[in-house]
Amino acid sequence: MAYFQEAFIMAIKNLLSFDPELYGIVFLSLKISTIAVILSALVGIPVGAVIALKEFKGKNVLINMINTLMGIPPVVVGLVVYILLSNQFGIFGDLRLLFTQTAMVMAQTMLATPIIMGLTIVALHGLDPLLRKTAISLGASRYQLVWILIREARYSIGSSIIVAFGRLLAEVGAVMMVGGNIRYQTRVMTTAIALQKGMGEFQEALALGIILLILSLFITTGIDMIRRGKVWL
Amino acid sequence: MENIFKINNLSKAFKGKKVLCIDELNIPRGLITAIIGPSGAGKSTLLSILNGLVPPDEGKIFFEDQNIIGSMRHGDHNRRSMAMVFQHAVMFHGTVFDNIAYGLKIRKTPEDQIKKRVDEILALIGLNEIALQRAETISGGEAQRIALARAMVFQPKVLLLDEPTANLDPANVSQIEKLIVHAKREYGTTVVLVTHNMFQAKRLADYTVFMMNGSIIECGNHERIFENPNDTKTRLFISGEMIY
Repeated sequence: MAYFQEAFIMAIKNLLSFDPELYGIVFLSLKISTIAVILSALVGIPVGAVIALKEFKGKNVLINMINTLMGIPPVVVGLVVYILLSNQFGIFGDLRLLFTQTAMVMAQTMLATPIIMGLTIVALHGLDPLLRKTAISLGASRYQLVWILIREARYSIGSSIIVAFGRLLAEVGAVMMVGGNIRYQTRVMTTAIALQKGMGEFQEALALGIILLILSLFITTGIDMIRRGKVWL
Repeated sequence: MENIFKINNLSKAFKGKKVLCIDELNIPRGLITAIIGPSGAGKSTLLSILNGLVPPDEGKIFFEDQNIIGSMRHGDHNRRSMAMVFQHAVMFHGTVFDNIAYGLKIRKTPEDQIKKRVDEILALIGLNEIALQRAETISGGEAQRIALARAMVFQPKVLLLDEPTANLDPANVSQIEKLIVHAKREYGTTVVLVTHNMFQAKRLADYTVFMMNGSIIECGNHERIFENPNDTKTRLFISGEMIY
């Protein structure tokens, strides 16, 4: 127990030391995951809403596929993005994006999009069917209907963003594979923890883990406040 | 008497069971038409088909001489000429004011007009004092009054009401009936009212349609249907002797 206690104290000391490298890593983690979750929400919420509200052939198969992708291992996503971006086999190899922050955002967006999409579908399916009928009968256009139903499901959709953000912040496999854990460039909290552990610096790794948890707590609390508060329409 | 709806050879089945089979039915413009009949008569299905919420299997519905079957789209002109109120009112997220203003907002009505018309209708339903209250927190009776006000505020040509007073206390029933009459008199709205309440149909209707097992048994002006029905089933239903 004393070991964990010391790690906690070390985490606080590290935070209070205002070490530029540590804060650079924290900032990069936040930056990559924030951009990825925003991109995922921009794609996942409207597409999820259309899938939920439209009746079409193969809808259940598509939803099952999205649900499967919600649980895809990050290393598999990392591998796919790696292959797509690699000079050797990738169709986007010429863009030279491998081991860049853009590649990390791409991998994390691929991870988070099915989560937000799948949970948006669940959220909209959970709404009272009369809400939809009422909006249609009052004259809502297709776009207005989608918008009001997303608004009605805002709590659940907000939760999907929190879940996705939490997963991205804690994810290591994909960012390690496509980012490469390059110091000052693509090193984020999780890859830094893996590195410390690899070097046998367990307590340092644990301290970073605690910082990651504290960070995650602040972020998810912030998102939850937005979700429940007046910021959201 | 001019008809706003003309229905021909309309049929609908759910899972192989025929729930609606209407050879011909006309709904007069500018009047209150009550659709009465026992449970499972197809009254609510007919209303949903008129509003384009449920597609029929066969048949034609002419709304102002235009066949609307298969041609109604979300937010199009015909859809926006009607509004439906359901038995259970659901409120959107927001205040009572926001809920009533919804139909006007999606029609891009100017803000000052929205405020004027919502305030007017709030006064009419006697709920000005809760205009800024969260709609999720109001009582069932208030919610139903607001649902009707929300449908009336943009003055649609047709109001389709699916048992709007079921399970409400007499005070709320009275308020809602006043609103229905107001819509007809002041806005010239055609009202199609599905009700189980025979007294309500008697009080409000100008024209009455009696349905049973998905078919129209009898229709006509309300005095004739209530005072001198042609069909035995209508007479038994109106007198309360029908067992179903």
